[in-house]
Amino acid sequence: MRLLAPFLVLFLSIVGPATAMTEIQQVRSSGGHVAWLVEDHSIPVVVLEVQFEGGTTLDPDAKAGATAMMTRLLDEGAGDLDATAYAVAVETLASQISFYSTQEVTGFSVMTLRENLDATLELLLLALAAPRFDEAPMERVRARTLARFRSATTQPGSLASQAFGEMLFGNHPIARPIADTQASVETLTRQDLVDAMTRSFVTDRVSVAAVGAITADDLEPLLDRMLGDLPDTGPALPPPAKISDAGLTRIIPFPGPQSLAFFGHAGLSRDDPDFYPAFVLNQILGGGFSSRLTRIIRKERGLTYGVSTSLQTNRLSNTFRGSLRSGNETMAEALDLVRAEWVDLAENGVTEDELRQAKQYLTGEYALRFDGNRQIAGILVSMQAEGLPRDFIETRNDLVEAVTLDDIRRVAARLLDVETLTTVVVGAPVGMENGAD
Amino acid sequence: MHLRLLAFLIGLGTAASAQDAVIETFTLENGLRGVVVPDGRAPAVTQMLWYCTGSADETPGKSGLAHFFEHLMFKGTDTVPEGEFSRTVAANGGSDNAFTSHDFTAYVQRIASDRLALVMQMEADRMTGLTLSEEDITFERQVVLEERSSRVDSSPGGIFREQMTAAAFLNHPYGRPVIGWRHEIEALTREDALAFYQRFYAPNNAVLIVAGDVQPGEVETLARTLYGPLQPSDLPPRIRPQEPPQAAPRKLISRDARVRQPSIMRQYLAPTREPGSQRKAAAITLLAQLMGGGFTSDLYQKLVLRDQVAISFGAYYNATSLDPQAFNIFLEPAQGVPVEDAEAALDAAIADFLEEGIDEDDLARLKYRYRASEIYALDNQMARAQLYGVGLCSGLGLEDIANWPDILAEVTVADIMQAAGEVLDLNRSVTGLLLPEDTE
Repeated sequence: MRLLAPFLVLFLSIVGPATAMTEIQQVRSSGGHVAWLVEDHSIPVVVLEVQFEGGTTLDPDAKAGATAMMTRLLDEGAGDLDATAYAVAVETLASQISFYSTQEVTGFSVMTLRENLDATLELLLLALAAPRFDEAPMERVRARTLARFRSATTQPGSLASQAFGEMLFGNHPIARPIADTQASVETLTRQDLVDAMTRSFVTDRVSVAAVGAITADDLEPLLDRMLGDLPDTGPALPPPAKISDAGLTRIIPFPGPQSLAFFGHAGLSRDDPDFYPAFVLNQILGGGFSSRLTRIIRKERGLTYGVSTSLQTNRLSNTFRGSLRSGNETMAEALDLVRAEWVDLAENGVTEDELRQAKQYLTGEYALRFDGNRQIAGILVSMQAEGLPRDFIETRNDLVEAVTLDDIRRVAARLLDVETLTTVVVGAPVGMENGAD
Repeated sequence: MHLRLLAFLIGLGTAASAQDAVIETFTLENGLRGVVVPDGRAPAVTQMLWYCTGSADETPGKSGLAHFFEHLMFKGTDTVPEGEFSRTVAANGGSDNAFTSHDFTAYVQRIASDRLALVMQMEADRMTGLTLSEEDITFERQVVLEERSSRVDSSPGGIFREQMTAAAFLNHPYGRPVIGWRHEIEALTREDALAFYQRFYAPNNAVLIVAGDVQPGEVETLARTLYGPLQPSDLPPRIRPQEPPQAAPRKLISRDARVRQPSIMRQYLAPTREPGSQRKAAAITLLAQLMGGGFTSDLYQKLVLRDQVAISFGAYYNATSLDPQAFNIFLEPAQGVPVEDAEAALDAAIADFLEEGIDEDDLARLKYRYRASEIYALDNQMARAQLYGVGLCSGLGLEDIANWPDILAEVTVADIMQAAGEVLDLNRSVTGLLLPEDTE
């Protein structure tokens, strides 16, 4: 093969061709509710995504688990339909209606054929207006939830995540111990679920996106029907977590051939002026198969199958963190390599080559994210929740392109502090112990 | 309601065949087969290169070699040095990946459509141009062992599922894990890798699938230029040792201190899609859904909702593989229900199912959902491309793949019940109980 050279001229950055097609309309209902819409009539499918800020951290301590149980039960019967009748009704339309909750958001997604849009929305509205929360489904979901909690006590990922949250965030609700939630779930009542719904589904924290074979005229009346009867607002959101800078290491003994490590410290917020340099920095350090950590720990030494870092900008916590799996004999060495890169980047920044490659990847990859109605709807609600303007998609790659070597050097020195790195290892790592190091 | 449903099914049927009509196919002189799935909704393209060789094609004693080799394909060639493949794809705004199964190994890139030639050239280059050092082998073998630790050896469920599959096959290589047995991975050498490469990485063993924004004829022209000059290899016939008739039920019981929630797994040996003969596999596909495909399925309703002996139940069957595979059942007993009671309830529910049969309305609803899923799939370029790769590497023809939706639509209640009677035979099954250390 001697054909490579001519193709090298193709090393240009892509100007987001797929995103250029994503024209976002803003739809405002007579009741004042707003949705973002991307119309695409090439396939007779409609996706609707509705998300509320808040999430499971809105649960008071004594009612921990109520929001999650509420979203698990919302599709288990409404109006005259019991759980099975409701499920049959959704299947008859070949639609999907799903409710979900995370620590920071609650919401629902709908996917339907255009043909069945109206009938599907009737079922959605019924669940929102008249959920049954019948006793039998409630006991079934409770039993299953408790079983999952019991299993979590012997799962490395869950053990690591619990300990890591507790060490980094103290007693903030995002680090609520499973044992506390478990005790609460055992006593939750139907009224607690109704209350969780009232707390979560409020119109001043909602983001709505519709994508696919639906017009603004179709969407407008739906907004008032869906959101019109919800409360305007709910209880105050918790304040952001204070992130520990103690830099402790904790070992949680667990049998098996391999250890799992979480490591991290404070990050920065989404609206920080240094967000984009930090975003690119993460890509270079541990953001993908071409990252430094993957090269040094996996490719050059074979110490892991997977190592990665992420810059997490959530409303309640901003962290720069990572995870790594390695054999018990090699975990200490692998973590030393992570820490060495932490120090090197903080002191020396990155190379021009690394910066160029990371930018090329991030700007090109952005367009590929818009590769389906569901993905686009998800991007639209995240943009609204982050307070980004509709034309953000057109300008986002410029923000990445604008990051300079000096920006990265400044941000790496500001963010990457190996002394404050909190580390949790679950397993039987050789030569590691609890403490500060 | 039924009339409206029927009208709609006809409408969907037309849409699906219209979609099939625009798919292009070709075969090069060196044996490389090509399939083009046009989708002009975004200026992006997916190239998938499938080698119809998977873990079940490995030489006995060399388990894990197909998957190990997938890792090694990311090492360098003379023109594209180590790491440069993924770096070049990334630098052009694309993403790349690879995966291995029992029947195939596939390499995927997604990228802007004007970069198709670039990724195709690099993919063609590494079909025969790979250079492997001893060091590449040593480090990558270590990575694969770590991968095995992550995927299998660190969880009781991972270890147990591997044991179940091994117990289900006395003779067929499907009993070997795709990732390989640890002691055999440890012993894989550079010579093993090179022999495997020369044997299987050749155009006559490859299927090229390109999905996305491409012009008619463009892919074939490019493929002719870039893959066309490669020489075919002397492929061994793909004949694997088959299972003898199973004469007795098999049972595995494992206890592990890390298990908190007991579970019951069962695998029945089941036929899969055959060229020109897919109706039985279609019936089993619908059987799995009707028995345990979700909340409304027959056994979920009985075991979880009505009798409350289980907190979860599911049935799963993969219709597309070269040789017969497993029809799987999974159940978690409710708290306080002894596992043997749950197993007895499962067997009773299966017996009832075989006795009572299925409801015509349930089948009509399920078939409608299958038709709808074809429309939903139009929104997923990668999944559409994958259907062709899996199908062709499982010994099916293009016509079989195109006909599959219609065959599913033609399946009758009688077909499903006959298949159920054949498949759900304890004498052709393995039952596994994964239990906490201290119960009973």
